[in-house]
Amino acid sequence: MNLLRLFGRRRSATVARDRLQILLAHERTYSGQSDLVASLRDEILEVLQKHVKVAEEQVQIRMERGDQVSTLEVEIEIPTPAQRRVA
Amino acid sequence: MSKVVVVTSGKGGVGKTTSTAALGAALAQTGDKVAVVDFDVGLRNLDLIMGAERRVVFDLINVVQGDAKLHQALIKDKRLETLSLLAASQTRDKDALTATGVARVINELRQKFDWVVCDSPAGIERGATLAMRHADTAIVVSNPEISSVRDSDRIIGLLDSKTLKAEKGEELDKHLLITRYDGERAGRGEMLTNEDVLEILSIPLLGIVPESQEVLRASNLGAPVTISSPMCAPARAYRDAVRRLKGETVAMSVPSDQTGFFSKIFGRRAA
Repeated sequence: MNLLRLFGRRRSATVARDRLQILLAHERTYSGQSDLVASLRDEILEVLQKHVKVAEEQVQIRMERGDQVSTLEVEIEIPTPAQRRVA
Repeated sequence: MSKVVVVTSGKGGVGKTTSTAALGAALAQTGDKVAVVDFDVGLRNLDLIMGAERRVVFDLINVVQGDAKLHQALIKDKRLETLSLLAASQTRDKDALTATGVARVINELRQKFDWVVCDSPAGIERGATLAMRHADTAIVVSNPEISSVRDSDRIIGLLDSKTLKAEKGEELDKHLLITRYDGERAGRGEMLTNEDVLEILSIPLLGIVPESQEVLRASNLGAPVTISSPMCAPARAYRDAVRRLKGETVAMSVPSDQTGFFSKIFGRRAA
């Protein structure tokens, strides 16, 4: 057991516990708003469309849950006037 | 005062039915009157684990829908006079369970028994929410394995929001029952320990049931493990759990996390 630790191999139960703790911290916070990402996407799209013409599939939202912080990545493809002419 | 207990978990296959049978029988062995009720409509199994599969005439749905009286549907255990079973329907689907019908049956059961132990189906849908609806006490069954613990956490959330007690703003009594615990593997860091699971779920511990061949043997025989081999480790764990459920303080026995000195040296598994 201690030898394994010396060789730097993390015990799998520790990995399991850490993964669970991070996951559940989020699930408890967002329970009941499971479609948080979806509603964020809809609302961001709505605001955007007031100013620029973007299609739904041009907005990508990704979430990465971390231990201390989570990041929300929003990627919006705005068509250039040249592209619009072609289309 | 009779108590309604739900045995629930979210995840399937963690030992809800085994635990319902074992706890129900252990409660009945103390002389209390006990009914075990299968809520797993369409996939009933409690009858099989209790060894009463050939004696089911009427079931929960028949009683809920008023096609049979409760006393006609209750199956008396042949080994324990104080133990009865109400089977689930195998042919109907879960939509046949109505909220008002279930409420009526639970109330009737409360009049007749000291304990009504409801075996919840897996999942978080209708059958599971109706099984927990009227509970005074919940036993959350969890294996020391991540998907099981996650689902237990979800179920605890439902217990705190979807039960009658929760809706009335009362505290529902929740207990954690860890099953299929392998002390050796936990000791080697290959499995979540009981402390890990407790820390994550943070509800009081009712018992730790060790992984054991006796459990499969009991289900093969159609007898709750507390009846088929009362002296084996899981039976002892279930009996201790029942004493805690009845308010006694019993020291928690954690399945050994140490292999013996000689086994360690010779690499043998401890008995």
